[in-house]
This record gives sequence, C-alpha cells and structure tokens, in this order.
Amino acid sequence: MHAIVELRNLRVEYKAPSAPDGKKVAVKNLNLQVRAGEVFGFLGPNGAGKTTTMNVLLGFVNATGGDAFLFDVNVREPIARQRIGYLPELTYYYKFLTAEEILRFYANIFGIERGLAEDRIDKLLKLVELESARKRPLKTYSKGMQQRVGLAQALINDPDLLILDEPTSGLDPLGRMKVRAIIQRLKNEGKTVFFSSHELGEVETICDRVAIINQGELKVEGSVVELVTKHQANLEQIFLNFIGYQPELAA
Amino acid sequence: MSTVSALAGVVVKELYRRKDFYVLFVLTALVTVLMGSMNFFHDKNIAGFLKEGCLWLIWISALVIAIVTTARQIPAECENRTIFPLLAKPVTRNQVVLGKFAGCWLATGIALVIFYVFFTIVAGTRENHWPVVSYLQALWLQWMMLAIVIALALLGSIVFAAPSSNSTICFVVVLGILLIGGHLDQVALRQPEPLRSIVYALYFLMPHLEWYDVRQFVFFEQGTVSWRACGLATLYAWLYSGMLLLAAWIVFRRKALNQ
Repeated sequence: MHAIVELRNLRVEYKAPSAPDGKKVAVKNLNLQVRAGEVFGFLGPNGAGKTTTMNVLLGFVNATGGDAFLFDVNVREPIARQRIGYLPELTYYYKFLTAEEILRFYANIFGIERGLAEDRIDKLLKLVELESARKRPLKTYSKGMQQRVGLAQALINDPDLLILDEPTSGLDPLGRMKVRAIIQRLKNEGKTVFFSSHELGEVETICDRVAIINQGELKVEGSVVELVTKHQANLEQIFLNFIGYQPELAA
Repeated sequence: MSTVSALAGVVVKELYRRKDFYVLFVLTALVTVLMGSMNFFHDKNIAGFLKEGCLWLIWISALVIAIVTTARQIPAECENRTIFPLLAKPVTRNQVVLGKFAGCWLATGIALVIFYVFFTIVAGTRENHWPVVSYLQALWLQWMMLAIVIALALLGSIVFAAPSSNSTICFVVVLGILLIGGHLDQVALRQPEPLRSIVYALYFLMPHLEWYDVRQFVFFEQGTVSWRACGLATLYAWLYSGMLLLAAWIVFRRKALNQ
C-alpha cells in the first residue's frame, strides 16, 4: 500500500548547553511509514520524541538530518500540508472568534469557495455537536468543546491525512468517547489517521498499526494484532516492556 | 492572497473586539468635543491651537494603536500557540508576516478614518469651513507613515521576545525620528570625524517619518501638499515598508517554533 507519511533516517538535534557535547538528540534516525487508509498510533513516554517528530511533519521544526514526506512531497514545502488536518494536543485557537468564524478563517486559508465552505462548516459543526454554540466566542467554551472545534478545523479541508496529537488528552469520558467515535467514523470513510496518545486501551481499540519510540529511537513497529499475538500481552504491557519499565518481559 | 486577507481579517476583528481602540477613540473624541465647545473671546487662534492639540492627539493615538497592536501579533501567536494550527495549514511564514502587516495597517487605517471623520465634523461645524482635501491628504500621508512604523514594529516583534520591550523601543525610535530626524544633517555638520560620517549615515539610512507630518498645513490652512510630493512620499513609504518586511521574513523564516 502507498505510504502517505514517510520518515527516512529522520534526525533532530537541539542545542543543549548543559549537555556534554552541547546538543540533545530528540529523534535518532527514525524510519517510519504510514499507509493510506490506516489508523496509526504513535506511542512513547513523555519526552520520547513524538511531538518533535510531528513538529517536523508539520514544518514547525527543521530536521537536522534525513527527510520527511507527506504524500511524497518534502515537508519543507508548504504545499505538503494542503491535504492534511492537524489537531494539537491543547486548543490553540483565537479565543475572540466564534466557532463558525474560526472555521471560516481556516476555510479561507485553504481557498475553499464560499458556498462550499458554509456547507462544510454546517456539516462539521453538526458532526462535533456544536451547532447550538456556533455563535459563541471560543473563550466561553469548555475544554471538551474547544477540542471538538479543533477537530472540526482539522477537517475543514476534507483532508486525506489527519495528524492528531493526543486528541483525547484531558477530556472527560464522554468527551473521549465522542472524539473516538469521530476517529472511527473517519477511518470508515477511508481517511488516514496518524495520532499520538497515552491512552493505550483506546489505541488498541482503534489503531491498525502502532510504533513505539523511546528517547528518539524506534523500538517496535507493527500491527496491533501481530504485536499482541507475538508478545502474548496487551498493548500496555508491550509498551512498558519496550520503554524499559519491565525488562523481564523483554525476554 | 486569500491566506493574507484571511490573516488580515483576524487582526482587524481582534482590534475591534478589544477595548484599547475604544478607550483611545473616546479620549480623542472627548478632547475634540471639548475643542468644539470652547470659544475664548471669539479668538480664532485659540480655536486653532485646540485644533492642533486634537491633531496631535490623533497622531499619538494612531501611533499607540499601530505599535501596540503590531508588537503583540507574532509574539502572541507564539505564546498562545495559535501559530501551530496555522502553520500546519499550507501557509508560509512569509504569508504570516504579510497578513499581520496588512491586518495591522488596515486596522490602523480604519481607526484613522474614524478619528479624522470625527475631527472633520467637529472642526467643520465649529469653523464653518470644510477643507476636506487637506484633511484627506493629511490622513493619507499619516497612514503611509504608519505603514513604515508597522513594518518596523513587526520586525521588532520577531527580534525581541517581549512585546513591551519592542513597543518601548519602537516608540523611542519613532518619536526620536519625528522630533530630531529632520535635523540630523545639521547636527552632523557640527560633529568631528568619524562621528560626522556616522550621523550622516544615520540621517540617510533612517526612514524620514517627519516628511509625513503635515499638521502645519491643516493647522495654518495652507492648502494642500503638492500631489507629486504626496506620490513620492507614498512610494518611499512602500519601499521602506517592503525592505523592513523582507528583513522580518528573513528573521522569521528560520525561527524554530517548539511546542
């Protein structure tokens, strides 16, 4: 199957004056492929390099070495982001705008024609159950509502690839269930989803494949079913094993 | 183009949903109304001085709106992290710089129009005289000058992390240029070398914002500035703003944005 996301020997280094050699390696020669139509879970403990990898994919950070591609286009080209939707871990939107204004703003960014944009805004606000609050400024929204606006803005361009950075982090069980249901629906529509999460039960339920990284290095990659069968353990135990928390399970 | 205009639209919306502009407008309006209501011994000069005071207030208010609004744009995007979902779209950093510039310039232009309309109405009803072309020219030149100021503040907002330090530096630079910029060549003549060359270089390199101050034309009702000079000043403002925006883009383009 065709790779939508491809990382080739990706390396990211930061200046770190306190380190012996004056730099910190956040991602070490990472190779990864996410195929069309799959839900891919990107796992790792805090500080493992997940967000840095996503930052490279989104063009926020330049790689020190290697390459990253979205739809075969180097991520250094802004056009690589034409067909993606991104949901950050926390809600980073203009709080003085209303939900429909923020969606209209992003629709304008994508150059979506006005009639089509209004149509999509209506559909997305219905999808994320925010129709009744569409004219309220975001500063009056609860965290769960803001996260759902985030999901709506990530879908405004009808993307083929969704990059979600801990989409259910900090949400209550109902909010989490709603976000999960939306991801499931997107999967059924054939969208590719690349997401990071600490909710391993959730990852096990909705992901086709996962990759676990620790200290910037890829530890394991494969389908959830294969990993669970091979290691005779659930995803949480496998995760703890690969990050070195329970070394006795590695055998 | 749709990206730049979308970004500019957000800046304009932000300005009129915040209180800063309204406070400055109410303050200027109060002084203008006060000016309109004063009449000391039917002395035309006193009304003229008050008119100058009001124009001075419009200049200060417009500078405050331009610098403060611009200085917080990119740092606020980074601090509130709104820059991340934005740059995750097919948006270049160049478009961010241009969009912010266009938004701040447009927002300041709208504020200026409101100030000048109010000023024209009050001054006109007070003096039964409507030098609209002269006022329009003053408004246009002030807006052009503000393009340079906004581009300067935008560059500063990328170089300096804190909007407050950037605003302070911009105010000092702009007021310094407005007050002594036009006299630096004469100052240079009185200096020994190499200070003379340095002051001369400064005189030729700095943006001559004082050229855009035509308040004396409005105050003394000296008619209008020649249209040729007005056109050249406009061109100068665009060139200078363009250079400053280019510098802003060069600095911003490689800036690492870490979440």
